[in-house]
Amino acid sequence: MNRTKFVLAMAWRESRAARRRLVLLTASVTVGVAALVAINSFTDNLRTTAQSQARVLLGADIQVRGHKPFSSRAETLVDSVAGCSALPCPSVSTVISFSAMAYVPRTEGTRLVQVEGVDGTYPFYGSIRTAPREAWDRLQSGRNVIVDPSLLAALNARVGDSLALGEARFVITGTIVDVPGDVGVRTAFGPRVYVPGQYLAETGLLVAGSRYDYERYLKISAGDPQPIANGLKKQLADELLTVRTVADNQANLDRALDQLGRYLGLVALIALLLGGLGVASAVHVFIRRKLETIAILRCLGAGSGQLFLIYLLQAGGMGLIGSALGALAGIVLQLALPAVLADFLPVDVTFSVSWPAVFTGLGTGLLVSILFALLPLLGVRRVSPLVVLRRPFEEVRRAGIDFWKFPVYLVLAASVIGLAAFQVGNLVSGLAFAVGIGFILGVLALAAFLLSWSLRRWFPRWLPYLWRQGLANLYRPANQTLAVLLSLGFGTVLLSTLYLVQANLLHEFRVGASGPRANLVFFDIQPDERQPIEDRIRASGHPLEPAVPIVPMRIHSVKGRSVDAIRQDSNLVGEDGKPLDRWAFRHEFRSTYRDTSVSSEKVVLGKWWTPGHADTTVIPISVEVEVAGELGVTVGDTMVWDVQGLLLTTRIVNLRKVDWVRFEPNFFVVFPEGPLAVAPRSYVALTRVPDPAGLGRLQRQVIQRFPNVTAIDLTLIQVSLERLIARVVLVIRFMALFSLATGAVVLIGAVATSRYQRVREGVLLKTLGATRSQIAGILAVEYFALGSLAVLTALVLSGGAGWLIMKWVFDTPFAIPVGALGWLAFGVVGLTLAVGLLNSLEVLGKPPLEVLRSD
Amino acid sequence: MLISQSLTQVYPSGGQELTVLQDVSFEIPAGEFLAIVGPSGSGKSTLLGLLAGLDRPRSGRVILDGQDLSALTEDGRARLRGEKVGFVFQSFHLIPTLTARENVQVPLELRGEEARVRADELLDRVGLAARAHHYPAQLSGGEQQRVALARAFSNRPRILFADEPTGNLDAATGQSVIELMDRLNHELGTTLVLVTHDTDLAGRARRMIRLMDGRVVADSAA
Repeated sequence: MNRTKFVLAMAWRESRAARRRLVLLTASVTVGVAALVAINSFTDNLRTTAQSQARVLLGADIQVRGHKPFSSRAETLVDSVAGCSALPCPSVSTVISFSAMAYVPRTEGTRLVQVEGVDGTYPFYGSIRTAPREAWDRLQSGRNVIVDPSLLAALNARVGDSLALGEARFVITGTIVDVPGDVGVRTAFGPRVYVPGQYLAETGLLVAGSRYDYERYLKISAGDPQPIANGLKKQLADELLTVRTVADNQANLDRALDQLGRYLGLVALIALLLGGLGVASAVHVFIRRKLETIAILRCLGAGSGQLFLIYLLQAGGMGLIGSALGALAGIVLQLALPAVLADFLPVDVTFSVSWPAVFTGLGTGLLVSILFALLPLLGVRRVSPLVVLRRPFEEVRRAGIDFWKFPVYLVLAASVIGLAAFQVGNLVSGLAFAVGIGFILGVLALAAFLLSWSLRRWFPRWLPYLWRQGLANLYRPANQTLAVLLSLGFGTVLLSTLYLVQANLLHEFRVGASGPRANLVFFDIQPDERQPIEDRIRASGHPLEPAVPIVPMRIHSVKGRSVDAIRQDSNLVGEDGKPLDRWAFRHEFRSTYRDTSVSSEKVVLGKWWTPGHADTTVIPISVEVEVAGELGVTVGDTMVWDVQGLLLTTRIVNLRKVDWVRFEPNFFVVFPEGPLAVAPRSYVALTRVPDPAGLGRLQRQVIQRFPNVTAIDLTLIQVSLERLIARVVLVIRFMALFSLATGAVVLIGAVATSRYQRVREGVLLKTLGATRSQIAGILAVEYFALGSLAVLTALVLSGGAGWLIMKWVFDTPFAIPVGALGWLAFGVVGLTLAVGLLNSLEVLGKPPLEVLRSD
Repeated sequence: MLISQSLTQVYPSGGQELTVLQDVSFEIPAGEFLAIVGPSGSGKSTLLGLLAGLDRPRSGRVILDGQDLSALTEDGRARLRGEKVGFVFQSFHLIPTLTARENVQVPLELRGEEARVRADELLDRVGLAARAHHYPAQLSGGEQQRVALARAFSNRPRILFADEPTGNLDAATGQSVIELMDRLNHELGTTLVLVTHDTDLAGRARRMIRLMDGRVVADSAA
């Protein structure tokens, strides 16, 4: 037998009895790997399914989209590409979509809906499933509509009811069951109503100035659609149209799925790294138990390298078993993910095992097991053979700095960065992730150190004995303060940060029944309708805020360069050298005019004009700071606007920061009163109706009289938004559960680290006359103190993280929901006490003689 | 075979230094059976540890079979032990996770040698052939110590260190173990260093060194 064989044989023989003891190591890795495999395998499946259904998702080979009917040149180009010379063209389909108010006369219910005017050929690929099944095929046969089931519920309507859209009346002939490529959350903001395209004109809603999407779907009978689409893109470059193919769609979807997979995977990686701490404490406990065996082997001539390898192989082996179990669990867990993510998915995912995901999970699990086992395993090299002769004395004598720890720390840090970079797909994010984790662990370790240090320095000697004994456990040799704080604190930081962000977002979105803000908004009010609608609102006894004018316009030129010239510039950069966004140059801006700023905006550069004294030759305007950045303009720059044919020269006099989250009419560009008074415009009117019945009544009265006006019930939007956020939060919470589960395993490991010491101490105390309840009291004090400090540190950390996220990501104020966090703290401290005391049952139950004899 | 030159060992104790051994010198020729005796705390175990290279002395040297232990690294000393030294301890110190046979195999396997046949032969010689596949926990104290003896002799050591080998055994079992050790010493010509506070046991050795407070107070033929 050669020496390598000896190492292998010893690792195998030793592990026969060790497997039970290393179960904590296995469990620590299992949860994280399960999450990683589930996420990666699921996104792989999702990608495969999406690829196989790519054409169905678009419904055609090519889609051309604009915000108004196509020019005749564009129409001809599109039709010729589809191989049509005469109309109607069988290989071209048109969909016109816009928002409008739907009204059911029988129930008097009104609701903002998303109207989809389709013709008979749509979609070319896949099918729209309805109930009853034949409803879709019959849609074009009369004035029929098919609606989302949620609309029936909202309007208390049923199939067969009459439904009014603008000035036209339709019959509800069915409900939508499934639309290919549709994402569930989409309906949250407006249930869909499918209408035969031929009757859209009868609604009277498609007038100049109204906002709608005009889409042409093309079926290419021969050849690859991509070059055809590329040709179209070139030829339609001057029109404000977007051309998309199945491949474009696929690329967008791939990017989105990639992001989804990467960031959910990152949460799984956090669980796995947390599991790494579990591995470290499990190996630490294991090695302490193996001291004597190691010392005997040293006596018999085993080298430190051989011993290190024997135990590294065992840790790696158990890590691999844990990873394999995790991979299995991940495959099963994958079945649960569609239920959690259903509302965000464009396709029904078919289940299959993604082997790359399984092997990545196995590899990552093994790597984490080995990396985190390294630190405690270093101790194996330093076990003296003298332990066999004089154990307790030798254990203490061998303490000291092991310089090998530093390269191991380096390898650990590099690996964490590498794993994160691999998961996120770029090094900088990986580095940021690792630094974030390092910072959290650093602060938790500092808190542990400060607790031990300050207790030793200012020990509260006036406390009763049980308290003193319990608190002293926190700083005595071989204490578990650091291990528990790290394992418990880390999971708590994640959970409470998540909770804080969610609570703050919801708070920000909440309009509130008792608040002073408007909750009913009327859009698209034509100038001649303004007065009667305002009269109606006043007559209903509700407060009326001044109507806000809206004027649609496009950019004609910026700083003397025409938009066409700018858009053709392939090297589109601003003055600061940053690339500019072509989107902003093509956008139809819906601007307003007023002489004062409002509460939801703040001037950040320049000054507001003096009311009534605005220059009329070069009009002063105010531009929102973000869009100014995208256009590459600042205070003092000139812009010429095309207001439906009329060119207006303007100069930017100030930049504004706008709080978009508030449900108030906000604008990218604000003009002074005067110059736009003659431009075609519409108005927005806002009011506040506290009772739901009154709110419905006022909506109905206005919509019936003015069908082109759109009413938005902000409380409904808020409810939808809360539902949407709740779905997002559910997904994130589902992932955070893995961290919590791993945290519990790691906590058990951390408690086990000092369990043997506690058993001995407990038994000695029993021998000296302590009762079981006294020992339980001492332990309870210790775990209560540990849990409380972990929670306190975690709350401070997550408070900081939550504040940063709210300030920099969402740009909204931050508040701490004290009550809810109190419950979280209560739960975590309770968990610590439960795990700690359950793990210490051995101390309470063991007869003193048994332990004393074995010493 | 073994030379101890002015061995001194000091351990820190409660912030102070405690001299456990002071200026201990003697030589042991090959094939000798030496007993080191003394009361508890006299430094016997410390001396054994230093002689076997389990620890480094504060000052002085140990030369084992011509090799100066102070010139070797910790791993170098481990290799030397694997080649030339056998151990028997009071608490047997078998590896609990290995069977009796595997325990006996370890020293030979460490040297990269095939060990199964030799292990079975040794277990046969100590009367435990039938229990080769048992774990230490399944054996009695006497049986465990016999396995430890088989292990100690498995690598044909030039020198065997025994630390209170009968301390945890009843009188009859202790007697049989010590006879077995004596027999193996004779048959294989191994040098035997026995640490004990049992004067009857020490009486079986051909030479006896008595320690008191870390110093040699007597060195005589038994």
